[in-house]
Amino acid sequence: MKNDLILQTITKVAVFIILLFSISIFLGGHYSPGGGFVGGLMTSAAIVLLLLAYDLKTVANILPVDYKLVIGAGLLIAALTVAGAMLFNVPMMTHAYNYFDLPILGKTSLHTAVLFDLGVYLVVVGVTMTIIQTIGEDE
Amino acid sequence: MTSLHWAVFAPFILAIFVPLLYKWFRGIHTGWFILFLPVLLFTYFANFISVTMQGQSVTKSAAWIPSLKIEVDFYVDGLSLLFSLLITGIGALVILYSIFYLSKDKEKLNQFYVYLLLFMGAMLGVVLSDNLIVLYMFWEFTSVSSFLLIGYWNEREKSRYGALKSMIITVLGGLSMLGGFTLLYFMGETFSIRTLVSQSGNLFEHSLFIPALLLILLGAFTKSAQFPFHIWLPDAMEAPTPVSAYLHSATMVKAGIYLVARLSPIFAESGVWLWLVSAVGLLTLFWGSFSAIKQTDLKGILAYSTVSQLGLIMSLLGLGAAALHYENLDDNIFMAATVAAIFHLINHATFKGSLFMAAGIIDHETGTRDIRRLGGLMPFMPITFTITVIGGFSMAGLPPFNGFLSKEMFFTSMVNVLQLDIFNLETWGLLFPVIAWVASIFTFIYSMILVFKTFTGKAQLEKLERKPHEAPIGMLISPVILASLVIIFGIFPNLLSATLIEPAVSSIQPALADHDFHVHIAFWHGWTTELKMTLGVVLIGGILYITLAKWKGIYDLLPSRLSLNGLYDGTLSVIDKGTSLLSEKVMTGSIRRYLIYIFLFFFVVLGISLFQKDAFQLDTNNLAPIGIFELILAAAMVIGSISILFAKSRLTSIIILGAVGYTVSLFFVLFRAPDLALTQLVIETISVALFLLCFYHLPKLSSRKEERMTFKLNNALVSIGVGTVVTLIALSAHSQKLFDSISSFYLENAYKEAGGKNVVNVILVDFRGLDTMFEITVLAIAALGIFAMIRLRLTRRNDQP
Repeated sequence: MKNDLILQTITKVAVFIILLFSISIFLGGHYSPGGGFVGGLMTSAAIVLLLLAYDLKTVANILPVDYKLVIGAGLLIAALTVAGAMLFNVPMMTHAYNYFDLPILGKTSLHTAVLFDLGVYLVVVGVTMTIIQTIGEDE
Repeated sequence: MTSLHWAVFAPFILAIFVPLLYKWFRGIHTGWFILFLPVLLFTYFANFISVTMQGQSVTKSAAWIPSLKIEVDFYVDGLSLLFSLLITGIGALVILYSIFYLSKDKEKLNQFYVYLLLFMGAMLGVVLSDNLIVLYMFWEFTSVSSFLLIGYWNEREKSRYGALKSMIITVLGGLSMLGGFTLLYFMGETFSIRTLVSQSGNLFEHSLFIPALLLILLGAFTKSAQFPFHIWLPDAMEAPTPVSAYLHSATMVKAGIYLVARLSPIFAESGVWLWLVSAVGLLTLFWGSFSAIKQTDLKGILAYSTVSQLGLIMSLLGLGAAALHYENLDDNIFMAATVAAIFHLINHATFKGSLFMAAGIIDHETGTRDIRRLGGLMPFMPITFTITVIGGFSMAGLPPFNGFLSKEMFFTSMVNVLQLDIFNLETWGLLFPVIAWVASIFTFIYSMILVFKTFTGKAQLEKLERKPHEAPIGMLISPVILASLVIIFGIFPNLLSATLIEPAVSSIQPALADHDFHVHIAFWHGWTTELKMTLGVVLIGGILYITLAKWKGIYDLLPSRLSLNGLYDGTLSVIDKGTSLLSEKVMTGSIRRYLIYIFLFFFVVLGISLFQKDAFQLDTNNLAPIGIFELILAAAMVIGSISILFAKSRLTSIIILGAVGYTVSLFFVLFRAPDLALTQLVIETISVALFLLCFYHLPKLSSRKEERMTFKLNNALVSIGVGTVVTLIALSAHSQKLFDSISSFYLENAYKEAGGKNVVNVILVDFRGLDTMFEITVLAIAALGIFAMIRLRLTRRNDQP
C-alpha cells in the first residue's frame, strides 16, 4: 500500500471548494455562465476526486447514494415542473417567477426554472457517477 | 344481398361448415353433404335461361366500397350464364365422382372440399362480376384455391413443384391484368364492364388503350395456358383427378377464355387484339397437339390436349373480332367464328371432363397411368372403354359426336379468313387454315393413342400393381352422364343453339344484330370444303397413327434442355442465384463497406442536387474580418486533425483528439460562448478518459499490433468528396440567408419575460425547455444502458452454464 497522505489531505479541502463552486455555478445559471449541466458535472468531478484519493468502498460509505435513483429523481423533478404548469391552465413548460421577502436573504427572486434546472443537475450527477462507478467496479 | 349474391357466396359459406361436418359425421363421406349445393345452384341458374333467351339480362347490385366505385355487381347475360351452368353442372358431377375416388379413411377430405368449394365460389364470382376489381378479387381467389388443390398431396415433391409453378405463372398474369384493369379505369372512369363497353369507341382512341389490351391479354393467356405460358398445366396434373377434371379442363383454364370473350366488345376494334388472340391461339393449338403425342402419361396427354383445345377456342374468339369490321355485310360469315368458339367450349367441357374421369378410373383400378404399361384393358373395363371411345372420338372430331360439329365450324371459320381484307390478313391469312388442319391431324393421332394404346392390344397384367376390373358404379355415373351429353349434343346440336349459344354470342358481340346467326347453327350438312378437310384429317391421321413407331424419333431431335420448362426452371434458378449473389456481394457484413455506401450516397445525392438545382453560391459581403487568434486556432485544429491520421500509436491519437477538443473550447471562448466553453472542457476531459479506459482494455494479441492506418484510395476519395460537399453546402447556405435571425427576440425578452440574464440558460430551461427535458432523458438512457451492458453480461452467463 502506498501512502497517499498528501493527496488525501488536499482532497479533503479541495472537494469542498469544488462543491461550493459547483453549487454557485448551478444557482447563478440564470444570470451568469453556468447552470444545471455544468454544475452537475462539477459536482461529479468533486466525487471523482474523492474516488481517486480513496477507494470505491470508502466513498460508498461516505456517500451512501444509489446514483440510478438520483437519475430517476432528477427526471421526475424535471417532468413534474414541465407538467405542473398545466395545473394552472397554462401550456406546459410555462415558468413563473416573483420577488419575495425572505428572512436572512431579503428580497429574492424565486423562479420555477430553477426547479427544472435542479432536475437537470441531478440527472447529470447521476449519469456521470453511474457510468464511472459501473466501469470502475468492472473487472 | 339478393338471391344472386347468396348464390355466389353460398359455396364460401358452406366451406366454413365443411370441417364441422367432417368431424361430426366421420361415418359418412363428406362429399355427400357438399353435393346438394352445386345441384341446387345449377337448377337456380337454369331458371335464368328463359330470361337470357329473350336477350334480356339481370343485374343485381350490392354496395361494398362506394367511395372507390367498387360495388359487388353481379350481371347475368348469355355468356356468364353459360359459364355458371358449366361450373355448377360439372362441379356437381365432379363432386359425385370424387366421393368414390377419394377414400374417406385415407384422405384429408375436410381440406379437399373446403378448397373445392372456395374454388367453385371464386369461379362463379369471376364469371358473374360486372365490376373489374371484384372480378380481379375472385380471379386471384381461383389462383389461390387452385394452388391449394394442386398441392393437395403436399407430401409429394412433384405436387409442390406443380402447385408453385402454376401459382407463379397465374399470379404473374393476374397482376398484369390488374394493371390493365387500372388503365381501363383511367380511360373510362368506371370499373363497370357494361359501362366500359358502352364507351368502347372513345376508349379505342385513348393512348393507354394498347397497354391495357396487352396487360389484360397477358392475364388471360397465363390463366388459359396459352403458348408460352402453358407449361404450368401439365405439371398441375399432380393434383387428384377430380381436380384435374374440374379445374384444368372445364372451368379455371376457361377463365381466360371468358375474359377474352367478355372484353371483346371493348377491344375487338383493334387489329392488335385480333392478331394476338388468334395467332397465339393457333400457335397454342399446334404446339399443344404436337407435344401431346410424345407424352406417355394419360393425364399428360390430356393436359397437352387441353392446352391445344384452349388454343383452338382462343383463335376462334380472335377471329370473331373480325365480325365487328363487316357490320354492313348481309351475310356476316365471321360471326360464325364466335358461334364455333362457344359451341366448342361447351363440347370441350363435356368430352374432356369425361376423359379425365376415365383416366382417373384407369389410374384407380390399375395403379398406373403410363400408356407403356397399359393395354388390352377392354375386356376388363368395358364401360370405361366406351366412355373413352366417345370422348376420344369427339376430341378427334369424328361424327356423330359433338366434337365433329365444332371442328367443322372451326374449319369454316379458318377458311373464311381467306376472305378477310383487313390488318394484312390477305397476305398471311393462308397460314390459318393450314396450321389448323395440321394441328387437327395431330389431335386425331393423340386421340387414337389415348383410346387404342390403353384399351386394345395385349394386356400386360404382370406390369400392373393390381388386377384391373371395372370401377364401382358410383364412379361411373359422372363420366357416363358427360359421355351421353357428348352424343346428345352431337345429334341434336340445336338443343343448345337457341338456349345457350345465341345469348352467349350476342353478349360477346352486342353491337351486331342477331338475326343472322340462327342460320349458321342449324346449317350443319352439306358437301363443303370443311368436310373434305375432315376426311383428309382422318385419312392422313390414320396413316400417321399406324406408322407412329417409325417417325416418333423426331421428338428426340428436339433438345430437351431447350424446352420451355427448361427455360422456366433456368429463369427461376438464375433469379435465385442472381439475387443471392447480389446480396452476398452487397451485404458483406462489413461495417466499413456499409459506411462507404452511406457516404457515397450522401456525396452523390447532395452533390448532384447542389449543381442540378444551381444552388451553389458564394457571397463574401456578409463575412466578418478574420483575426490572428482565429487563424492560429484554426491552424492548430487542422494540424491536429491531420496528424490523427498519421499517428502510429493509439495513445497518440487519443491525446491529439483531446487537444482538438480543447481547441474547440478555445474557439468557444473566442466566439464568446462561455457556457459552451465550460461544458466542452469538462465533456472533452471525460470522453478522453473513457477512451483511455477502452484502449487500455483492448486484448493484447499479436494481430492487434499497433500500426499506422493503411492508405486506401477509395476511402480517401470518399472522405475528400464528403468533406468537399459539406463545405460547399455550408458556404452556399451562408451566402443566401433569406431571413433575419430570430435571436434578437431572445436578447430582448430574456430578462423581460423570463427573468434571467444568461440568455443561453434561459433558452435551455425556459424558451426551449422541452428539448432539454428530452436531452436529460437521453443521458439517463445512456447511463442505464452502460450499467445494463456491463452488469448483465447475458451471453457470457449463457456460455458457462
